[in-house]
Amino acid sequence: MFFAVVSLTILGSAMGLFLGYAARRLEVEGNPLVEEIQAILPGSQCGQCGFPGCAGAAQALADRSAPITLCPPGGRAVVQALALKLGVEANLSDVKDNVPMIAEVKEEICIGCTRCFKVCPTDAIMGAAQQMHSVFREACTACGKCEEVCPTESIKLQPIPVTLHAWYWHKPVIQPMQAVSA
Amino acid sequence: MREYLMLLLSTVLVNNVVLVKFLGLCPFMGISKKTDTAVSMGLATTFVMTMASASCWMLEHWLLMPLGMVYLRILVYILVIAVVVQFTEMVVRKTNPALYQVLGIYLPLITTNCAVLGIPLLTTQEKLPFVNSLLYGFGSAAGFTLVLLLFAGLRERLALAQVPGAFIGAPIGFITASLLALAFMGFAGLV
Repeated sequence: MFFAVVSLTILGSAMGLFLGYAARRLEVEGNPLVEEIQAILPGSQCGQCGFPGCAGAAQALADRSAPITLCPPGGRAVVQALALKLGVEANLSDVKDNVPMIAEVKEEICIGCTRCFKVCPTDAIMGAAQQMHSVFREACTACGKCEEVCPTESIKLQPIPVTLHAWYWHKPVIQPMQAVSA
Repeated sequence: MREYLMLLLSTVLVNNVVLVKFLGLCPFMGISKKTDTAVSMGLATTFVMTMASASCWMLEHWLLMPLGMVYLRILVYILVIAVVVQFTEMVVRKTNPALYQVLGIYLPLITTNCAVLGIPLLTTQEKLPFVNSLLYGFGSAAGFTLVLLLFAGLRERLALAQVPGAFIGAPIGFITASLLALAFMGFAGLV
């Protein structure tokens, strides 16, 4: 019992010391700015910025090779936080605060051409030729591809109606501009 | 020499750790989507498994047995394995950041790869001498890498194949794995 406690304590401490030493020796100088930027980004890895995830976007932002307005889901609040972090002017004029959207078919002008049906990446649109199409809400990711191909503009992205299941917190309110410059 | 070669052959092919002993199935299914990551994961596991076999043998024979503490075997082995895995992670992070990104969560999860604990326990059970234990660990890990690579190649082709809808993804992967295991049964009796 005594030997077991002592030897295991020694073993554990020796290995801990070894790992601690190795961590010092093999330390990787990461850019702390990248990690801070990554903490600002939404972290949903949606890829809408064109980078392979929020980590890639944070790297590009830290290298100043990407505009701070690159993140559509982040909206204005993220742009402002990034401007503050990187010390650049925030141009909020072309940033929209998007709310969650979903495709919806306007039934009276749908001609059943099946074009939206063919481009939908998630098979969220149901229908057949000359039949009215409709959208499965659970499967729609609001990518907007159907909106582009629709010849009659009957399929459009609409904000998700607020129900008990679809309710969400509002995005953080933008602070006044003087807070940014301070 | 002949004995060692036979041991290697036996651990790599005949008693393959994944397909015959069914240890380490998590990375086998998880990391086998691309051949290059499969090879890297295999190499990292090989390093960890060989080191773990060697250090577990030393602890078993120089610490646990002389002090009569064999009842602490699993605890001590897991401690050693965790340290080796942590060390491997640091080395990979330092030397190859791209690989570190690719392996992601699977690198620390080598700790929980049951094959890494299973092989030292098996060598202890069979009371193998030091060199044999080392070769046993290395051979098993090489077998793991081999199977991971084979399976990754198969899955790369499966990704392009026309698979019935119900079987797309993991199900056809499992069926393929079982067929591969059947194929490896053909090595039984080789040694």
